[in-house]
Amino acid sequence: MNWLVLMLLAMGAVFGAGVESGGVLKMVMRSEPKTFDPFLVEDEPSDMIRYMTGGVLIRMNRKTQKMEPALASSWNVSEGGRRITFKLREGVKYSDGTPFTVEDVAAALRRLTDAKHPTPSSDAFGAEGGAVTVEVLGGNQVSFRMAKPRAGLEMLFDVVVISSVKSPLKEKAALGPFFVKEYKAGQYVQLDRNPHYWKTDPAGRHLPYLSGVRIEIQTNREMELLRFRRGELHLVNQLDADMFERLQAEKSKAVVDGGPGLEAEFIWFNQNPASPVGTGKMKWFQSTAFRLAVSEAINRADICRIVYHGKAQPAAGPVSPANQFWFNKSLKSPAYQPQEALKKLQAAGFVKRGDALVDQAGQPVVFSLITNAGSKIREKIAAMVQQDLAKIGIRVNVVTLDFPSLIERITKSYDYEACLLGLVNIQIDPNSEMNVWMSSAANHQWNPSQKRPATQWEAELDKNMLAQAAAMEPAKRKLYYDLVQKIVVEQAPFLYLINRNTLAASSPLLRNLSISNSYPQTFWNVDELYLAGK
Amino acid sequence: MRRAAIIVLGLLAGAALFAGLLAPAPFDMQFRDFPNAAPSKQFPLGTDDLGRDRLSRLLHGARVSLLMAPAAALAATFLAALIGIGAGLAGGWVEKLVMLAADLFLSLPWMFLLLSMRAVLPLNTSPLVSLAITFALLSLLGWAGPARVVRVAVKAVASSGYLLQAKAAGVRNWRLVIHHVLPNLRAVMRAQFWISVPVFILAEANLSLLGLGVAEPLPSLGTMLKELENYSAIGARPWMLAPAVFLLAVMLCLQAVLPQEEGVR
Repeated sequence: MNWLVLMLLAMGAVFGAGVESGGVLKMVMRSEPKTFDPFLVEDEPSDMIRYMTGGVLIRMNRKTQKMEPALASSWNVSEGGRRITFKLREGVKYSDGTPFTVEDVAAALRRLTDAKHPTPSSDAFGAEGGAVTVEVLGGNQVSFRMAKPRAGLEMLFDVVVISSVKSPLKEKAALGPFFVKEYKAGQYVQLDRNPHYWKTDPAGRHLPYLSGVRIEIQTNREMELLRFRRGELHLVNQLDADMFERLQAEKSKAVVDGGPGLEAEFIWFNQNPASPVGTGKMKWFQSTAFRLAVSEAINRADICRIVYHGKAQPAAGPVSPANQFWFNKSLKSPAYQPQEALKKLQAAGFVKRGDALVDQAGQPVVFSLITNAGSKIREKIAAMVQQDLAKIGIRVNVVTLDFPSLIERITKSYDYEACLLGLVNIQIDPNSEMNVWMSSAANHQWNPSQKRPATQWEAELDKNMLAQAAAMEPAKRKLYYDLVQKIVVEQAPFLYLINRNTLAASSPLLRNLSISNSYPQTFWNVDELYLAGK
Repeated sequence: MRRAAIIVLGLLAGAALFAGLLAPAPFDMQFRDFPNAAPSKQFPLGTDDLGRDRLSRLLHGARVSLLMAPAAALAATFLAALIGIGAGLAGGWVEKLVMLAADLFLSLPWMFLLLSMRAVLPLNTSPLVSLAITFALLSLLGWAGPARVVRVAVKAVASSGYLLQAKAAGVRNWRLVIHHVLPNLRAVMRAQFWISVPVFILAEANLSLLGLGVAEPLPSLGTMLKELENYSAIGARPWMLAPAVFLLAVMLCLQAVLPQEEGVR
């Protein structure tokens, strides 16, 4: 027993040794935050503030990708995934000293499920179903019951921020490590240390170590890099590959490569029969052989090497290997084999005449590939795809459009042929992708909002997505979700190109940095970061 | 000075015109083993980040800017002459209406018009056609300023004694325009043309900088200038400045040519 006490004391001494409190972390956000109301967050800058200031019941550890207790000291999922009960920590206070109560939690959960005032998270919590109940139980417990069972129910609570119902400061009274001290539109957001933050380090010291975070609003990435090089910033989250390379050449210790991230770049063809795409081209786009041939003719390794300077991996499928549990390890990235691609096309009735590929009707295979203007990375990828496909006789017209025009085309008019875009994955659970893989979903981008599945394989996708959502055991869910991934790779509705690495830059003064491949990559443990010598 | 400028401009235009013969490689060929290569015998101005020969792209890109911009300037000047002469000679409500239209065109946010045009253009428009349409639109939008100048010049000519005499002698209107008005507007129109050329070159560069100008793989001075956004890379690869130097040379030469033309007036 005495040995145990001594060991714990020694561990405490080790954890506490050298940690310095104080110091203001300086970083940037790349646009103005649209809201400070944690329930209305949809944009990344607002999410950044929410993450650093909001207190949540349970939170996903971005390293282990497992849920951990936060304001709730424990939780329990029951009734086959329909009910979750939280036991709350006692003695917790908001940044203004107001006590944290079970009523605050109940109010937050009710707000999420209020069908009259929907929030961006309402759909996930089943506000549409209407039969969601919130119960305050004895012993500082609160229970949330969904209308239908939901696999991975606890994952939903990673973003549910609790606000005070009693504090006059409302949502400005924070339970997270920091609170918003000052906001100057177009300039900065100043966060100060929450003196009542509940968490302590293993040595018993109150977190966070930092006395504050100053987040400057800076849209120009080159300026961000320049300021980092000048020492005016301590941290650059999500660094571009070419910036990473330039900085590495200058200050090799300042850059951090976190390995493959969750983000992917991909191409899809418009298969929506209601779109203005002509029948001839629609026939190509709806042909699995055509899509697979195009996929095989794209040199993904070259894209990784040239566009990302080696800081990306050819994508195997819809899930990045960075998603440790859900990634289907049996899938491999399509090999670059233009000759095989040509054979596939010839088997599907296409003929190579001189330098051009023509279909059965003698029409040259030409399509336009739209992407958003201003994205240097996507413009380069598009130019490389253009040259790769030219080798098998396919002519690609690359069209860069301003973002609103692009969104209008892919979501409303459907007046496009192929699109190159990227995906920022925040959630790792497959349930967050129901709105993509279900044939009835609006984000089923290649042919959205279908009344019934247009193809057999889309019916299979629906079936497996529903099965994984209904199964409660993670291993069983994974079996279904592995099948979803396999179908997507075999049918290629999306041609996944690359998974880019998580790259960041950090000042040598910044300590305890532990880069994660899911958002927020560099500051997920912001309460444990500190600046040496401050 | 003017002669030197004309010679340099001629040489640059000649290089652009014969880009197909002078360029060491196809402008869209990606030498993927040599991205961002330094100048060498194979790549005299190095390569861009996709491994494309920068000199070849510069020559072809200059062709786009140096041939399309004067063509658009010519069209804009022709339009301006037509409208300016009509308004100046007609006078009265026609003149007022035309000048009102000119004011309206001058106040139009042309950048947004061009963005909208790009957004509504059929997606399978080839890069060359899309470029031609962009310059055509630039010339359609560019008539207003020169038309105002032409109108003022026409008013001066219209009140001259020789024109009154010709009118009194019963010379028909179209003969008046061809034999008396146009010859006196030549200098003004030439100056307007030379003023428009750099404006259109820069307009294309601005559009391309926003990623909304010339489409891949076609190069232009604007798309090549986009490389300079990575300004921290310029120190290590100063040859990236080649398109900026080229554009500056063209602009300086055009400015050197311009005062003489204005002097004639």
